[in-house]
Amino acid sequence: MAVAAGDPDREQPWSELGLKADEYARIREILGRRPTGAELAMYSVMWSEHCSYKSSKVHLRQFGEIPQETPIGPMLAGIGENAGVIDIGQGYAVSFKVESHNHPSYVEPYQGAATGVGGIVRDIIAMGARPVAVVDPLRFGPLDADDTHRVLPGIVAGVGGYGNCLGLPNVGGEAVFDATYLGNPLVNAGCIGVLRHEDLHLAKASGVGNQVVLYGARTGGDGIGGVSVLASETFDADGPAKRPSVQVGDPFMEKLLIECTLELFKAGVVVGIQDLGGAGLSCATSELASAGDGGMRCELDRVPLRDSTLSPEEILMSESQERMMAVVEPADIAAFLAICAKWDVEAIVIGEVTDTGRLEITWHGETVVDVPPRTVAHDGPVYERPYARPAWQDALQADGAEKLARPTTGDELRATLLQLVASPNLCDKSWITDQYDRYVQGNTVLAQPADSGMVRVDEETHLGVSISTDCNGRFAKLDPYAGAQLALAESYRNVATGGALPLAVSDCLNFGSPEDPDVMWQFAEACRGLKDGCLELGIPVTGGNVSLYNQTGETAILPTPVVAVLGVIEDVRRRTPSSFQAADERIVLLGTSREELSGSEWAHVVHGHLGGLPPQVDLGAERDLARTLQDLVGLATSAHDLSDGGLAQALAEASMVSGIGARVSLEGDAFVGLFAESAARALVTVAADGLDELKARAAAHGVPVTELGTTGGDVLAVEGQFEVALDELRTAWSATLPAALG
Amino acid sequence: MKVGVVTFPGSLDDTDAQRAVRIGGNEAVALWHGDADLKGVDAVILPGGFSYGDYLRCGAISRFAPVMDKVVEAAHAGMPVLGICNGFQILCESHLLPGALIRNDHRRFVCRDQLLRIENASTPWTSAYTQGQEIRIVLKNGEGGFVADAETLARIEGEGQVVARYLEVNPNGSLNDIAGITNERGNVVGLMPHPEHAVEELTGSGLDGLGFFTSLVEQTFA
Repeated sequence: MAVAAGDPDREQPWSELGLKADEYARIREILGRRPTGAELAMYSVMWSEHCSYKSSKVHLRQFGEIPQETPIGPMLAGIGENAGVIDIGQGYAVSFKVESHNHPSYVEPYQGAATGVGGIVRDIIAMGARPVAVVDPLRFGPLDADDTHRVLPGIVAGVGGYGNCLGLPNVGGEAVFDATYLGNPLVNAGCIGVLRHEDLHLAKASGVGNQVVLYGARTGGDGIGGVSVLASETFDADGPAKRPSVQVGDPFMEKLLIECTLELFKAGVVVGIQDLGGAGLSCATSELASAGDGGMRCELDRVPLRDSTLSPEEILMSESQERMMAVVEPADIAAFLAICAKWDVEAIVIGEVTDTGRLEITWHGETVVDVPPRTVAHDGPVYERPYARPAWQDALQADGAEKLARPTTGDELRATLLQLVASPNLCDKSWITDQYDRYVQGNTVLAQPADSGMVRVDEETHLGVSISTDCNGRFAKLDPYAGAQLALAESYRNVATGGALPLAVSDCLNFGSPEDPDVMWQFAEACRGLKDGCLELGIPVTGGNVSLYNQTGETAILPTPVVAVLGVIEDVRRRTPSSFQAADERIVLLGTSREELSGSEWAHVVHGHLGGLPPQVDLGAERDLARTLQDLVGLATSAHDLSDGGLAQALAEASMVSGIGARVSLEGDAFVGLFAESAARALVTVAADGLDELKARAAAHGVPVTELGTTGGDVLAVEGQFEVALDELRTAWSATLPAALG
Repeated sequence: MKVGVVTFPGSLDDTDAQRAVRIGGNEAVALWHGDADLKGVDAVILPGGFSYGDYLRCGAISRFAPVMDKVVEAAHAGMPVLGICNGFQILCESHLLPGALIRNDHRRFVCRDQLLRIENASTPWTSAYTQGQEIRIVLKNGEGGFVADAETLARIEGEGQVVARYLEVNPNGSLNDIAGITNERGNVVGLMPHPEHAVEELTGSGLDGLGFFTSLVEQTFA
């Protein structure tokens, strides 16, 4: 401070830290002087795209227009908290969120993915919840590309290595391949946690004189500037090596942190709490102080270090993992430290809450930071980035897939089915999911390859929750507004097929550079689509994450607004499985099928084509379908969502997984019937004597029912067209990933 | 019967094992690694997980936990001890069982529903099964390859110390497809797959694992 005052015009490395000239000028204006090195470090990480949402904020605000309640109760914590929290009944609440760790995972696949899981889990713990499951939506370049072989095994091993070691079942996710992700894979990680209503904790530093405790791992030199350097810049082939910016994970420490933190909550010794993620101490101190009584004083010298040579700037920017910060009443400090000691977790008081309205940080007795915390944490820059419908959008939409050459004979349809089930996006994902523990905690009711993940919350009452994450980026490219709604619809539908009631949304919005007006338009349209969709379905957005600058050179990724829908089920024993359960049951299709082929897996796999308009969005029909599926709980013996690959893929999966074949007949064009990807549809089975009842219940909701055929045998047969043995189908389906990845 | 389940730092399947003990009709007692106290239990389970992160050899640090002194003492006196996955590794490190467990031959973590054959149905943990019975239970491990020198391997095969063997697929490169073994006395059993994840219809791979928790009967220790 004294140095800064005495040397007001020194050149500062604001540009290297990712700040723009006007942002640096604004910092000087706020402080009335030049910032100290430590202050500059704090502002630069907190005002980065990743932490400040400066490009996305103006569009995210509209999610606040959605009523802040779910179909069964109030939202207990929403956007702006570490993670959203919703009521699920019986005194339970659920916290859930999805976040991205895309750029670190490109640079260092294993650690990038591992720490992505670690970060989202700490967000959930910070709300007072016990983590009960994780999900992992992933996107890679083409399966046969060299760089996919570099990043995929490491990313999968990282997701598994961290989650398995924490004892969290992995119950869902996606693995999607597309050329646009080749230089920019997407690693999104989601976590669900369960808590009792009274255990909810919020991130704020209240109570003057209360102590600020840092606990968990020591602070090291890893991940310094990771936020500003990695998450907010495009990869540039000529740039310097960025490996040191990636954090290194220690899942064992995180497991101790989970148990220790839950015991601290139980003992009632926590006033406020925040995890240390992106921007580390800069973020935790400024956000806690900003949300509380407005002041905090910390002694940086007290922070336990792994590397004693770290400067105060580096300590403030370090993204070392497995750290938490808590605000504790002085009388509870002894109890707090004793619980940490029991779990071998290092803990130390580094400061206290004040009412000065300032965040003051000292180092070797000198004040190195003296700022209004709100200016760091919440009053960062906000950009109204220019956006415009891309010049190429009309031509893209005019180039529909409906005109492409189609298979016509039964043999050609059969070959198309085999080609599609073996294609990277539709094939068996066991090579990936078998590296994840899906059983730990003993509460997993549904996991891969089911449509949604489902875990039991209460062993006595059988209450459970369900989650699905979905996004078809090709649809979003064709029409980002409709694409975001289709992602929402698919996730909502997947939760409903298992028999759960969809309650709320978390999103992970992955897009290219916000400085490109085309990309910014995609982002704006997707946000608008998601908001309108949630309004119509009556479910709120509880939070989420934005990842921008996902592009390689000038090429942006497919716009990828991943939507997670969380649902509740009163009795998990009554869940509806997604594969066939018995022979001689009736197979019916719920919903309306149309000739919708643009953006489909068929167009992608067979023709390498992307153009036209995505399937029609009818959220009213989605809601009616979901209500029908809930009404069919106990009557329907299985229910499978129709999405990627259409009816053909749903039939194939439902029969391959169970080993029970099917014989169906299709009216009209068999190709369209099998491979079109119309939304708002589900494949359902019912015992023969329940068919009339099923029809009556569907009719009550106005959902069309088409009888397709009967389960049984060891072939999948389409009358008048073709038959394929389940063994042949399964061989094609399951061989793809092992053949490519070893 | 009181069955103790030890929690080490990094244990993950401890609550699952407690649940399985209860479903099996016995009383589950939580034991803490730092307490040299078995709280009067009649049998002990060392559960799965990644104790101490498995950063050193799996189980190599846990064997030095205060509670393990008591477990070793009790095992030598005949108390039934079951080590599952990480627990199996700890039993090998503690020299209560022969051999060792190394990284899977394919170098990846694997989670699957695994078919096993019960080779020894006379231990206190497997008496509910019949000799040669085939069961399907959850397997999940990164370092589950059982190895031993030729002489040891010949001995445990010859003495009937192999408790369970993998069928269909050897998921981790274990010698002789060995999934579980017992000590010479037959009271200590180590098993790489997870029977505690196969005790409820809804949440695991079926009910085939329940036998490990119903086998315990009072007269065994009278």
